[in-house]
Amino acid sequence: MPLSNRHLLGMQNVPKEDIQLILDTANTFKEILERPIKRVPTLQGKTIVNLFYENSTRTRISFELAEKRLSADAINFSVSTSSVSKGESLKDTVKNIEAMKVDMIVIRHSVAGTPYMLTKLCDANIINAGDGIHEHPTQALLDLYTIREKKGSFENLKVCIVGDIAHSRVALSNIFALKTMGAKVSVCGPSTMIPKFIEELGVEVIYNIDEAIQENDVLNVLRIQLERKAREYFPSIREYVKYFGINSQRLEKNKKDILILHPGPINRGVELSSDVADGPYQVILQQVTNGVAIRMAVLYLLGTLN
Amino acid sequence: MNIKAKLADKETIDRILVRMAHEILEKNKGSKNLVLIGMRTRGEYLAKRLREKIKQIEGIELPLGVLDVTLYRDDFRTRIKQPQVSVSNITFDINDKDVILVDDVLYTGRTVRSALNAIMEFGRPSSIQLCILVDRGHRELPIRADYVGKNIPTAYKEEIKLKVEEIDGEDAIYLIENENK
Repeated sequence: MPLSNRHLLGMQNVPKEDIQLILDTANTFKEILERPIKRVPTLQGKTIVNLFYENSTRTRISFELAEKRLSADAINFSVSTSSVSKGESLKDTVKNIEAMKVDMIVIRHSVAGTPYMLTKLCDANIINAGDGIHEHPTQALLDLYTIREKKGSFENLKVCIVGDIAHSRVALSNIFALKTMGAKVSVCGPSTMIPKFIEELGVEVIYNIDEAIQENDVLNVLRIQLERKAREYFPSIREYVKYFGINSQRLEKNKKDILILHPGPINRGVELSSDVADGPYQVILQQVTNGVAIRMAVLYLLGTLN
Repeated sequence: MNIKAKLADKETIDRILVRMAHEILEKNKGSKNLVLIGMRTRGEYLAKRLREKIKQIEGIELPLGVLDVTLYRDDFRTRIKQPQVSVSNITFDINDKDVILVDDVLYTGRTVRSALNAIMEFGRPSSIQLCILVDRGHRELPIRADYVGKNIPTAYKEEIKLKVEEIDGEDAIYLIENENK
């Protein structure tokens, strides 16, 4: 069974079978990453452009490694060193890139909906690597893969997403994907960072972090995005840490057995204390490893569709 | 698809495997440096049986790995159906070993070509020997088997199907007529 869509724009409306297929396929690629020669010839001759209009370390390196390990030709584009600084529009840039015969475009952009617009502009397979505060589907997939690795299945699993829910593409993609897979999803954060009508997505809202820890099997802790003016939503970082910061005393007081995910980069001492960020509950670096396998799976499944 | 003939039953397959186990041991002067790699899916089960036979003869259990060659295929651009990948599982070191590569049917040789590429990425074995249950001809690449269970010349329209107890509920080799080709 191939994927039902030739683009990966978000996790909304992605059927359960597709998510299952991507997670299962990632198993194969995880094995390849353990080999002495971490490379397969599968996407030989395919050209993939990584179009990053926003800064990124993990996602860009992860996609680039995934492409190279599948033997595709990977081209990197970053705004600061391109003609975008001369005033070229996104549409022109994409049209020009397409004219150079590329097969796939991985795009990150600060405006929600940009990947969707690209599907109307060109024939390449489009993969969303984060569009504004909308979605970040490969992050959700790697989170799900890591959760499944540790917990086995999503049935009756309770997952809470903690932090700035309103401005997080990771939160939205996680909510869609986890709900599809049958998990029970809740969100926790300062009320200014919880969007109105979030309950309509079928998630529970918890305003007390201790309660969130007690009631859940997994916490996916988001980064407080200081570059997106997150500071305007609470009085001080100190106050955020006091009410929503996760430290080992808080974990031990409430519950011993909990899995902590974080999409990175961590603000140490803000959303996670250092002893938790390096401690026994977290799987943050496993998430990074799994990210390459997940992206290989997505690239393989889209790149070999006919 | 309709079955034209049953070419071998459980006993025949068993006798073939006993003979091939002896041939492998004869050619390699024992089992000292041997490892078995079965190709998904039917080759895996044949390799397991060969390991049993060799154990009965030599008293030694050989290391056994499973290889999935989907990612090494050369027909991604021309196939209509996307093939399903699964995990290879070779947990031992194959450097300087004599690898016995086991598969059910040898046809164009393209799967074996992919398998050779795949094995090389796990290490540098001192030799790779190909062990095939049925050779049906029609080679498209310069590849031959070192151990052949049965030579069955076939027409292009025909197909050879191996059934194994573990998946199909019986051990048998069938000749099948494929009208779609």
